[in-house]
Amino acid sequence: MEERIIISGSGGQGIMLMGKILAEACLKENRQVTWMPAYGAEVRGGTAYCMVVISDEEIGSPYINEADILVSMNEPSLYKFKKRLKKEGILIVNSSLLNKLSAGRKARNAYPFSDIALGLGNIKVANMVALGAYLALTKKSALKKNILRVIEEIAPPDKKGLVEINKKALLTGAQLVSPHNARTQ
Amino acid sequence: MAKSKILMTGNEAIALGAIDAGCRFYAGYPITPQNELTAFMAKNMPKAGGVFIQAESELAAVNMVLGASAAGARAMTSSSSPGISLKQEGISYIAGCRLPAVIVNVMRGGPGLGNIMPAQSDYFQATRSGGHGDYHCLVLAPYSVQEAYDFMFKAFALADKYRNPVMILGDGMLGQMMEPLQLSDNRKTGNQKPKTKIWMLTGCRGRKPNVVKSFYLQEGDLEKFNLTLQKEYRLIRQNEQLYEGIFLKDAKIIIVAYGTMARIAKGAVKKLRKAGKKIGLIRPISLWPFPGNIFRRLAASPKRLSFLVVEMSYGQMIEDVLLSLNGKSPVEFLGRSGGGIPSEEEIINKIKILMK
Repeated sequence: MEERIIISGSGGQGIMLMGKILAEACLKENRQVTWMPAYGAEVRGGTAYCMVVISDEEIGSPYINEADILVSMNEPSLYKFKKRLKKEGILIVNSSLLNKLSAGRKARNAYPFSDIALGLGNIKVANMVALGAYLALTKKSALKKNILRVIEEIAPPDKKGLVEINKKALLTGAQLVSPHNARTQ
Repeated sequence: MAKSKILMTGNEAIALGAIDAGCRFYAGYPITPQNELTAFMAKNMPKAGGVFIQAESELAAVNMVLGASAAGARAMTSSSSPGISLKQEGISYIAGCRLPAVIVNVMRGGPGLGNIMPAQSDYFQATRSGGHGDYHCLVLAPYSVQEAYDFMFKAFALADKYRNPVMILGDGMLGQMMEPLQLSDNRKTGNQKPKTKIWMLTGCRGRKPNVVKSFYLQEGDLEKFNLTLQKEYRLIRQNEQLYEGIFLKDAKIIIVAYGTMARIAKGAVKKLRKAGKKIGLIRPISLWPFPGNIFRRLAASPKRLSFLVVEMSYGQMIEDVLLSLNGKSPVEFLGRSGGGIPSEEEIINKIKILMK
């Protein structure tokens, strides 16, 4: 079983971190994983993305041409990557920052991640809300435990105060998804 | 229980591998896509009791490595394509002085300043010596973060064994991606005194002076020196050919790819095998010496074989494949460069056309 995920948004939304936390958690499950950042001539306000491949076997290309999952945290990144999503792939979008209509018929997994994060008290945790929704949609409840552990481990000593809100964001995201929307695997 | 793994970029893994292999001198000058390597060295080399220098230029960096190596230290430098071009004079001098050193090239697209997307456009430069003079660097091409780490041990060992520069040839994708990494059981931590090497320059009180030079004025001396080098190169060609082969036994078409290109090719081969197609893969690991023996062996077998060379260039390693096969098997090519990376799908399509 191999899952190829593109996480996209704009610089400052914690796109790289979201992918890294996912990759670290997969490593804790002893799975094969690759994380590949956008490292071109990126500009502030432009699109940022990273690509994560999770597998039980040796991973070939870390670069993704055809994604199983696309997470888009803003509109420009949705436009940039939606043609790379497989026909039967899962699209997860941040409806706070994009028009649901532009996501087309796959827009059923649209949630206002940024607004929810604001409601929790810090817009920066929108990435963790989205990661929570991703876990629920792909039925990775077991991985959730490891992601919570990674959040604890990677917080720098002087920022331990951020651990709780990030954990809360992840759990809130997971609760957004109604059971019938979750992919059966 | 297996030791736990850590998640790391290829660039960081190369730097950590070097320190763990006993490298205690690094000089470099920043350039993407290898900056994480230099940054890791800046942070960790002093902690290991070694020397980190951000030099004023690539030329200065490579010549500092020459000096550190002459004094017996395990020394290295790193850069990306245009920076490696600048270092070529120093690499030639290192080879001419018969000094061990490791040079890392995290390749980007070219020519000129090019761009920072992954590419394999420096194969010729790496394997055909690059600088002036009739010399060779040993060249190793890792294809995963684990190999990026592991090959640093091998690189320093080979450099010492043959008193010759060794190049690690990676690309932007390998440098930037993160993968799980298992650290070695033989990590060299803390201060590493230079190993005693009979030729090293340590001050000659009480003994005959050692001489490290690449300058031979007396008639016949340079030729004699070059013949010594050639003798070493013959040994290297005999002993150090490395490759990985999969599905070679019953393959009808064998894909040849190295570095990160080989990861993508391997993915394609696995998919083709699942579809019942008899495709194999040779992944050269040492690019110089090129693992020509396996090609010669395969070409000598009675069954009809053909080869497809896939590169992130417009055809460089293919020349070594052609030389090794010496016209005995047909060779096809698929390549892109300048930011384009041949995808699994492109490789599969090419194979399907070839099988028709």
